[in-house]
Amino acid sequence: MKRKWISFLNEDLRNLSLSGHVGFDSLPDQLVNKSTSQGFCFNILCVGETGIGKSTLMDTLFNTKFESDPATHNEPGVRLKARSYELQESNVRLKLTIVDTVGFGDQINKDDSYKPIVEYIDAQFEAYLQEELKIKRSLFNYHDTRIHACLYFIAPTGHSLKSLDLVTMKKLDSKVNIIPIIAKADTIAKNELHRFKSKIMSELVSNGVQIYQFPTDEETVAEINATMSVHLPFAVVGSTEEVKIGNKMAKARQYPWGVVQVENENHCDFVKLREMLIRVNMEDLREQTHTRHYELYRRCKLEEMGFKDTDPDSKPFSLQETYEAKRNEFLGELQKKEEEMRQMFVMRVKEKEAELKEAEKDLHEKFDLLKRTHQEEKKKVEDKKKELEEEVGNFQKKKAATQLLQSQAQQAGAQQTKKDKDKKNASFT
Amino acid sequence: MAGTSKRSTSPHASRSSSPKASPCEMFGYVGIEAVLDQLKIKAMKTGFEFNIMVVGRSGLGKSTMVNTLFKSKVWKSSPVNKLGPLPQTLQLQSVTHTIEEKGVKLKLTVTDTPGFGDQINNDKCWDPILNYINDQYERYLQEEVLITRQHHIPDTRVHICVYFVPPTGHCLRPLDIEFLKRLCRVVNVVPVIARADSLTLEERESFRWQIQEDLKNNGIYVYPQKCFDEDSNDKTLNDKIREKIPFAVVGADREHLVNGKCVLGRKTKWGIIEVENMAHCEFPLLRDLLIRSHMQDLKDITHNVHYENYRVHRLNESHLLTKGAGWVTLSPPTRRNTGGSSRGQRWNRDESENAC
Repeated sequence: MKRKWISFLNEDLRNLSLSGHVGFDSLPDQLVNKSTSQGFCFNILCVGETGIGKSTLMDTLFNTKFESDPATHNEPGVRLKARSYELQESNVRLKLTIVDTVGFGDQINKDDSYKPIVEYIDAQFEAYLQEELKIKRSLFNYHDTRIHACLYFIAPTGHSLKSLDLVTMKKLDSKVNIIPIIAKADTIAKNELHRFKSKIMSELVSNGVQIYQFPTDEETVAEINATMSVHLPFAVVGSTEEVKIGNKMAKARQYPWGVVQVENENHCDFVKLREMLIRVNMEDLREQTHTRHYELYRRCKLEEMGFKDTDPDSKPFSLQETYEAKRNEFLGELQKKEEEMRQMFVMRVKEKEAELKEAEKDLHEKFDLLKRTHQEEKKKVEDKKKELEEEVGNFQKKKAATQLLQSQAQQAGAQQTKKDKDKKNASFT
Repeated sequence: MAGTSKRSTSPHASRSSSPKASPCEMFGYVGIEAVLDQLKIKAMKTGFEFNIMVVGRSGLGKSTMVNTLFKSKVWKSSPVNKLGPLPQTLQLQSVTHTIEEKGVKLKLTVTDTPGFGDQINNDKCWDPILNYINDQYERYLQEEVLITRQHHIPDTRVHICVYFVPPTGHCLRPLDIEFLKRLCRVVNVVPVIARADSLTLEERESFRWQIQEDLKNNGIYVYPQKCFDEDSNDKTLNDKIREKIPFAVVGADREHLVNGKCVLGRKTKWGIIEVENMAHCEFPLLRDLLIRSHMQDLKDITHNVHYENYRVHRLNESHLLTKGAGWVTLSPPTRRNTGGSSRGQRWNRDESENAC
């Protein structure tokens, strides 16, 4: 019997008018409350040469002092150092991870400089993918380590991008949201800065480097994002020291010729960077990472592993099937291993048995030997005993003979004295 | 569920397994809290989805209740022709609307189950419903495992199933118990006492108490489930709700004049029952729970718990099939009646895993 489980009434999505206040306008608040209790993750990757001001900028951006020692210049290669911090502002808990490229740009041969960075980013995607593919997974609990924003520090040469920068950015642009910034911008004069910025942007465009585009589709942020994009790359100055300006203390760098104020928009673009990175687009950066970069990685990885989406008329579950095949393979391997182990075990047992048998035989032989020796000894002892008995017998005979002689001698002696006595007595009479 | 495993399955555990993070103090305002606004803007732009299913015998006022909840005519025409014969089989019917309030767009899908419990032999009448719910999970899963996925996977999974208990005043019937037992493992269930205007307040209280006892004795965990309480605040709030479950509700979509005000209510010869009056019935509690306070939570639990459970079973169930020579092709989960009961068994077997 054909059953129709579900029939959709032929009304497509139609707008319904409400005759009163229902109350689901609180949904965004419910969502935000949920997210607040869970906390947020944000991961920033800072790529730039040693000494270009990465750590200082982070300190300035987040108004705090992250513990770190300045790196040395003689690292053999580029390595990434990740540090996590927990920040809290009003009721928002942020788990911030800052990843530093230690040793970037210090080597003589910089061919492979970009590789550790790409590997790190891929490793974070891989970790997430692994979690997502698990059978029993806990994604809501997962600490997201994927890089949400990559701040690329450009050295303030005033001319153009270095080839290392171009190569690295090209390798990273499909994997992460790149925000290029000009570091230590207080060393560039204002007119030079403008030329420098345009040169950089045109070089990026001509080399096909895709940097992060501030979203302009949402009306509330479209305007501010559009105006800010014009100033890319942001020329920033970082400072954690405060200088007295007027009657206030402000973050600044003091030179003999003047004071560069970090938060003064005429002096540098720090405020713009903070606006864009944190106050306006943090969520969008996270979303782009998840829906664009991660999905790209996932697609490539799965296709690499041999999965493919089948076309609609064949079986629709190829991922599941390959899962199953893998599981079979895995179980088969397990079985094989088990067999191997069993074989080995049997063999070992046999060996041990043989050994034990050998040992038993030895023992038997030893026992026999001992027995024989014992017998021999016994015989010897018996012989000796016989001898001794013979001797004792002889001795006794001799003793008896001597005693006899003695008694005979005594008797004879006694008789002689009697004879003598009788003679004496006879003479007296 | 042991204390340790509770935390790992709670969808709200915010203690993530992460590298050690040192707390840092900020010396000034940074602006991190702006991310909340960004979230809100993003959410309002993409809109929300909510899927509700109402189950109960015909004549209990399910459609009216839905209309009252969403203050609109959700059903253009009655899903079941009230004058005609009752449907011979259980047929689920869904209707989807987009409603908007103060800039918040909500895509609402209501699934009705006319014919439920109406047959003479109601054995396994829960199967079509279970199959429907699992179908939606299946659909989502298939979208999720694609190589090229959509940005936003359309969510048709049932977030809440409102079960209408007829106001007998005694206790839960065997059909109710069987149904609730099976469904509470698969979806969030909220039982309500329908047509509560036929019970006095005392009868209501004793009926409610009896139902709570029945639920407890049969191991039925209705929403809000105790094991998903995140912290003590949640617990106190949810405890208050749990005390009152099942809500005694009355639905009405007509307005009447009471004390000069226009209110939704049912007019009878002995008075007007005001739907939104807490003294008359507990409809406001239901509405607040479903819409105003726990809507997001319902979606989260569906996504993080029920859907994940389904996914685990689905990905594991292949190893229960016999491995013949060569490759076993997976077909979508079977739809036979017997399949349904074995599925029911399977869910029950995993009581230790996901029972609270």
